[in-house]
Amino acid sequence: MQGVSAVYRKELSDHFSSYRFVILFALIAMVSFITSYMAGIHLKESLHGVAKPTFVFLMLFNTTGALFSMVQFVAFFGPLIGIVLGFDAINRERGDGTLIKIVSQPIYRDSVINGKFLAGVTTISIMLVSIVLVISGIGLILLGVVPGVEEVWRLFIYVLISIFYISFWLGLAILFSIFFRSIATSALAAVALWIFLSFFVSLGASVLADVIAPVDTQEAVNTEAAINNIRVRQFISLFSPMSLYTNASATIIDPMRKTADSLVLMGPMEKISAGRFENPLPLGQSIVVVYPYIVILISLTLVCFAISYMVFMIQEIRT
Amino acid sequence: MEDEKVIETFGLSKIYPNQTAVNKLSFSVKEGEVFGFLGPNGAGKSTTLLMLLGLCQPSGGSARVCGLDPVRSAREVKRQVGYLPENVGFYQDMDAVQSLEYIADLNGMERNEAKKKTDEVLNLVGLSEDRSKKVGIYSRGMKQRLGIAEVLLKDPKVMFLDEPTLGLDPEGASKLTDLIKSLNKERKISVLISSHHLEQVQKISHSVGIMIKGQMVASGSIDNLAKEKFGVDDKEYALEEIYMKYFQEV
Repeated sequence: MQGVSAVYRKELSDHFSSYRFVILFALIAMVSFITSYMAGIHLKESLHGVAKPTFVFLMLFNTTGALFSMVQFVAFFGPLIGIVLGFDAINRERGDGTLIKIVSQPIYRDSVINGKFLAGVTTISIMLVSIVLVISGIGLILLGVVPGVEEVWRLFIYVLISIFYISFWLGLAILFSIFFRSIATSALAAVALWIFLSFFVSLGASVLADVIAPVDTQEAVNTEAAINNIRVRQFISLFSPMSLYTNASATIIDPMRKTADSLVLMGPMEKISAGRFENPLPLGQSIVVVYPYIVILISLTLVCFAISYMVFMIQEIRT
Repeated sequence: MEDEKVIETFGLSKIYPNQTAVNKLSFSVKEGEVFGFLGPNGAGKSTTLLMLLGLCQPSGGSARVCGLDPVRSAREVKRQVGYLPENVGFYQDMDAVQSLEYIADLNGMERNEAKKKTDEVLNLVGLSEDRSKKVGIYSRGMKQRLGIAEVLLKDPKVMFLDEPTLGLDPEGASKLTDLIKSLNKERKISVLISSHHLEQVQKISHSVGIMIKGQMVASGSIDNLAKEKFGVDDKEYALEEIYMKYFQEV
């Protein structure tokens, strides 16, 4: 433990004093303020005259104001935080010749990677929590509503999911920094994978779905074929951490949503019944809905970290 | 000189897929002595040092460092052995004190103790004046001395110095050699030094080992080696002559 805490403290102070953290934090804070401010203004207008609105506070985070909601923004740019904090974790030290010095101290070799990962996760957590708190503050002033207990819980779970989501990318970036000797290569590889998994998987999913379970638009509507098509598409898009995260967080942050599936999959009767009972889901039920996604997300993070751990332990360190 | 051995290897080998880096190496270093570890580039000296530290797994044979097996108790070995790697690196935006404090932290030292030790080793290597300068602007000689300071921080029993005088100007190199000599004498630290500056090695080593192509072709005191190669002679040979003689034979 002595090694882990030493590396952890050093890495944490490095993160907080680095320009890249300041720039990243400024960028994210700015965008979050603007989106939630827009959402706040928008909400204020649309709630005007509504007798007893529910879960107004959470709407600050999930209302698509002018461009995108806070939740969408984190899904989109969260990975970048993880990548930026981790892409040169090991190979920079290797290049500078400091890694060999560190591992020749009386510590276990895994302390280096554990300390770095934990410091990254801490940085991410501090970033997210402070942004969520500031947005909540703005919301309090703007909307004049106080969050209820359930809303606070939902926000808390949302932040937790987000931390795991970004930690997955941190772990991946650290893995690449162990794998590739060159910092530029590991950064590019991580960004390429981010773009691929976040954007191209969902695009490719619909293409593949059309190949595997085609829907003939010429014929009369075949419900079975349409449902198959959507099932395939959804299955493939589960390979994208972004859609996992979106599925997991959407239902948590929006109690009115009752399923993580898209609304397209619902039949007309379901839609009517969902429309008739416009009541929020209790927190427990929301968790039940998103539980599988959270589990996959957490296990992805752990698997990613475990692989980096193994590679690092058997790798020979000469410089 | 006592006959306790701080380093002993028995048929130590390291075989890479397409090359044998270290081939059945057996040698020993006595406690309190300075052992000059010589050989051309790529002879396997650094690999040997890494194996002695437990940083890389030997393919065969075994070793004892301070009576410990580096494969099984790498952490204990690293507690007693200070290693100065070839081309040691530093965090550019830390100053000397911060660098040393990080090393102290990694060694699990208390804050007060670390402060005291930091002052002490900075004095010892002559860097007290530059203690709050960023390491990024240090000259090569200062960096090497800071490297030695980091090694000294944990009060090692043995120091492994891999090419400590590489790239230093003659004055800097001889200063560093003097420092190593005095550390050996006053603090009773055994030293395993690999270097190409044969004159300086001759000045400080009690015995030397010559490693060529993964094998130790000769080891012992310089006088003995001279006797072996040039016959009994009163003349004192320069280490360079002996080294070249061995080198030509292989």
